[in-house]
Amino acid sequence: MERQLKHLEDLNDLHMDVLREIGNIGSGNAASALSTMLDRPVDISVPRVRILDYNEVTESLGGPEELLVGLLLSLSGDVTGMMMFLLHKDFAHMVISTLTGEEMPNMGDLDEFSSSAIQEVGNIMAASYVNAIASLTSLTIDISPPDLCVDMVGAILSVPAIYFGNIGDKIIFIEDELDKSDDRKSSHILMIPEMDSLAKIMANLGLESI
Amino acid sequence: MSQTITVGISDLNVVRAPDVLVTYALGSCVGICLYDASTKVAGLSHIMLPSSKQAPTSVNQPFKFADTAVELLIRKMESLGGRRALLKAKIAGGAQMFSGMSNSTIANIGQRNVAAVKMELIRQKIPILAEDTGKNYGRTLFLTAEDGMMRIKSANKGEWVW
Repeated sequence: MERQLKHLEDLNDLHMDVLREIGNIGSGNAASALSTMLDRPVDISVPRVRILDYNEVTESLGGPEELLVGLLLSLSGDVTGMMMFLLHKDFAHMVISTLTGEEMPNMGDLDEFSSSAIQEVGNIMAASYVNAIASLTSLTIDISPPDLCVDMVGAILSVPAIYFGNIGDKIIFIEDELDKSDDRKSSHILMIPEMDSLAKIMANLGLESI
Repeated sequence: MSQTITVGISDLNVVRAPDVLVTYALGSCVGICLYDASTKVAGLSHIMLPSSKQAPTSVNQPFKFADTAVELLIRKMESLGGRRALLKAKIAGGAQMFSGMSNSTIANIGQRNVAAVKMELIRQKIPILAEDTGKNYGRTLFLTAEDGMMRIKSANKGEWVW
């Protein structure tokens, strides 16, 4: 008997592989858009698909008090949920100074110029990510303008945690590390789809029933 | 030796003096400190959402909600010798982390969390001695069972003692 995808527990290995591939394609496109903007290579890691308790999410990203630059976008259309960029300060610094030719002000004290530069980068990267997924799945995905917050990662993540906390006790996200190198802590791209959007993605790829 | 006990997201815990409770990086969530000075029993709850009543049945974690966590925290404090009638509260958190969030589910969620916590504390007849809520930054909260002191630490804005 066929079951429908309703809960996170219903996802099988094949679904997880598909989500990893979505992360791969999406992040690959986002990284290449960034690479074009910066005129330098930007690496991405192999994406991970994780289903975690909220407490485990912050631990997996360096501990709740790690200071990061967070960009949050809402997804709407056929696929709903959120997309987040969590940028390490050295990385944000490099992006801002490359694009504007100016030094980034102290963390937590971004001026309007640096803020809009980093938001625009988030906008272009998110658009590249979701457009790739939209054409792969023939679904419509719209993104909101990115909203910026520089703070402790736990506090930044409270926002998606609360949003998804209304729906369930665990959160699924497709995670990709950006520009990881030995001397620099990594930055992250998180794609956090809602459950019924996951079902739609699988259905359009012909994989809905288990 | 005093121990420091960590309270995670949608979790709660209680300690006796000289121990300390901490919850890290409250964003739009709210930290609820309850303290009985006569027995030096302290309790801390980290709630995410205002009300369990609108939640779907797939969500059944009572520590997550303001309206269910407070009573459970009080009972846990009573089991450690704390006295309900003597409890005093201090609260922190409920920030708006992203200024332009258009998403209706989470717009003003910090503010709604704070309001729900206050409603519940009024219902429980627990006076609120101090609050450090709202604004737009994350807070780490320490509650010392020795004296009921609430210490707030932010990433960029400094530290406060309540």
